[in-house]
Amino acid sequence: MKLCSMKSMLAVAAIILVAAAAGTGCKKAKFDPFPASAAIAGWEKTSETRVFAAKDLWQYIDGDAEQYLSAGVVSTSTSDYKYQGLLEATVDVYTMKDAAGASKILEKGQTKDAKTIPLGDAGVAYVQSVIFRKGTSLVRIVAYELTPDTPQALLALAHGVEAKL
Amino acid sequence: MKNRRDFLKEAAAGAVLIGAESKLGLAAALDPHAGNGKSKVVVARDPALHDASGQLDEKRVQALLDRAIASYTGRDKPVEAWKRIVPVGKVIGLKVNGLGGKGISTHAALVLAICERLQEAGVKPGEIIVWERDARSIQACGLTVNTDPSRIRVFGNDVAGYEDEPVAFGTISVKLAKILTRECAMVINLPILKDHEMAGVTFSMKNMYGVVQRPFELHANNCNPAVADLNCIPTIREKVRFTIGDAMSSVYDGGPGFRPERLWQPNALIVGEDRVALDHIAWQMIERKRAEVGMGTLEAVGRPPRYIVTAADKTHNLGTNDPQSIHLMEV
Repeated sequence: MKLCSMKSMLAVAAIILVAAAAGTGCKKAKFDPFPASAAIAGWEKTSETRVFAAKDLWQYIDGDAEQYLSAGVVSTSTSDYKYQGLLEATVDVYTMKDAAGASKILEKGQTKDAKTIPLGDAGVAYVQSVIFRKGTSLVRIVAYELTPDTPQALLALAHGVEAKL
Repeated sequence: MKNRRDFLKEAAAGAVLIGAESKLGLAAALDPHAGNGKSKVVVARDPALHDASGQLDEKRVQALLDRAIASYTGRDKPVEAWKRIVPVGKVIGLKVNGLGGKGISTHAALVLAICERLQEAGVKPGEIIVWERDARSIQACGLTVNTDPSRIRVFGNDVAGYEDEPVAFGTISVKLAKILTRECAMVINLPILKDHEMAGVTFSMKNMYGVVQRPFELHANNCNPAVADLNCIPTIREKVRFTIGDAMSSVYDGGPGFRPERLWQPNALIVGEDRVALDHIAWQMIERKRAEVGMGTLEAVGRPPRYIVTAADKTHNLGTNDPQSIHLMEV
């Protein structure tokens, strides 16, 4: 009887632990859209992936967060990369409530020099950045320097992200 | 057109209050007015600040800083100029802005140039705190966190924390960073010029969002009147007395984050004490650039920086936004 009671208590405790772990907002993304180091030729992932819930997005992009919130952002993941040890870039993946939200952000930011690219559901490239959407995801990749390799390297990284979405 | 030497003469002949002491016990050698009742703002430019590959030339940054400060103070020698700006024996805070991330944050080259001149003017390394909201923002500026008190300290509000008791003015109630309230006797404001999705423009006054715990609560109505209210809080109004604005790089749209497709290099520093006048001049620079590339005005796109007008009103009285009352020195 006593043994049975202890087993029951352990089972309950285990259930509580699992439930608690799920409920504490563990900062792991449900999916990982970030290519690992060397998965894309020349690119190294140089930081941990950080994930921000909508309510915490201001901690990452205070002042910019509102436009994503109004478009229905659910969470944002970000990671840094380096190309051939020199060119630094950041990949932001915004998971929106629906595809319309991703579309809204993509269209809002476009300027005349945007070059349409066949990537995801829609995408544009500039010399130092690539922005595209796929389903409910909106991806922005920016490079911090302009080198002769930058546009092509960014595009390769973007394709790597797109393949994982 | 006046040359730099003329400006130096003019500044030297103005009502610069040598040796005066403010109620905070600071050097108080500055006079925000040019001797003619106008607020003085210096815009110093160097078209060759960035090389052909877009890299910042650090030696030219130091020279540009010296030129800006010399023009503002009327003192050709940097040591003499800086002695008129900062008190000796007090802790000086340098409030940078790293919110936009790497690529559009206050440049480390400017921070280092200022630190060098501060030390030459007699400020000890341990009396200098370079400061932002958190470690990530500091790193975005190209700086490394350091809390060793024998050296120049570089750390964020995430280390020092915020006051428990909020302070209020007008529409806002905020908890201030302890670095501001407890550590610094004087703060030199080092914002970076940017377009801002909510406020229209972020520069001198808006950079104070980095000294409160929950800045995202101050974004309603294009940050108006929150920006003006925030700058009226006595600790901010009295301690943050001088601005060396980084306009070496800027984004004219899509800010405050880094948007390389909207990046532009004004190659300038904007210096002054009247935070409203500084923001008015900065706003005009953004508008001119937007017009140059065929973009609508900030008013046209629904985010005019009305907080600048509010900051100049009788309730706030933080400075002037009247061009006739601003003595703009372009050097």
